[in-house]
Amino acid sequence: MNAVPKYDSLVFHEAALKLRTRRQEILANNLANSDTPGYKARDIDFAKTLENELAGKSRFPNSIPLALTHQAHIAIKPSMEDPGLLYRVPNQPSMDGNTVDGDIELSQFTKNSVFTEAALTFLGGTIRSRLSAITGQAS
Amino acid sequence: MSLLGSFDIGATGLTAQAMRLNVISSNIANVDSVSGPDGRAYRARQVVFSALPSTNAAGSGVAVTEIRESREPFRREYRPGHPKADAAGYVDMPNVNPVEEMVNMISAQRSYQMNIEAMNVSRQLMLKTLDLGK
Repeated sequence: MNAVPKYDSLVFHEAALKLRTRRQEILANNLANSDTPGYKARDIDFAKTLENELAGKSRFPNSIPLALTHQAHIAIKPSMEDPGLLYRVPNQPSMDGNTVDGDIELSQFTKNSVFTEAALTFLGGTIRSRLSAITGQAS
Repeated sequence: MSLLGSFDIGATGLTAQAMRLNVISSNIANVDSVSGPDGRAYRARQVVFSALPSTNAAGSGVAVTEIRESREPFRREYRPGHPKADAAGYVDMPNVNPVEEMVNMISAQRSYQMNIEAMNVSRQLMLKTLDLGK
């Protein structure tokens, strides 16, 4: 284990918070579509996506635009499908092809919101301690 | 901003489930309506949900795209004295199944509650974000 953290805590918690709110949106979408026939529940691998984000890798590796060297070339719109957005494996099949399990989604949603709150607390603490370092007095 | 996005998604869920509840109420209210605007018995209606296309890969909620009439046959009752009875004395009654409607209603209620829950949590997180650094 490193004594010195790999990333600045401000950078780390900001990235974590961004990803947490994104996941919150994905899970909210699952909950809203809990009765849509054929809808497949989605989720992201949080740890892996955070690692990619911090390493500065693009979320859309297939989104590099084609070079247009001739006026007759047609620009292709890059794919907006996020490869990190995975499908949840259902543990109880449903007749209409929907894979949203309300209990799982709600528990994941609650868990995610607790972690979001933690990230907010850490970020607030970092900001406060930097402010007190700048002003030279405890706030 | 993402948290506001999850708020909007919750709202689409609430709207869709509320419409489903409306349709269920209509079905239950018309369980004995032997004649409608077209002169025939009432047909049970069902909402069709579909996921909205995503603008940002996370998805943007749900919408009711269609309200469809049930294709089940009418319930035939023998009532010779009824003004709508046919030559054999049978009356076409609506194809509403009250048990199905009640179960559907409970399911809609649970989904509505789930969306409310998600929106409440998002609201708390948004308020907490406002307090960041204080």
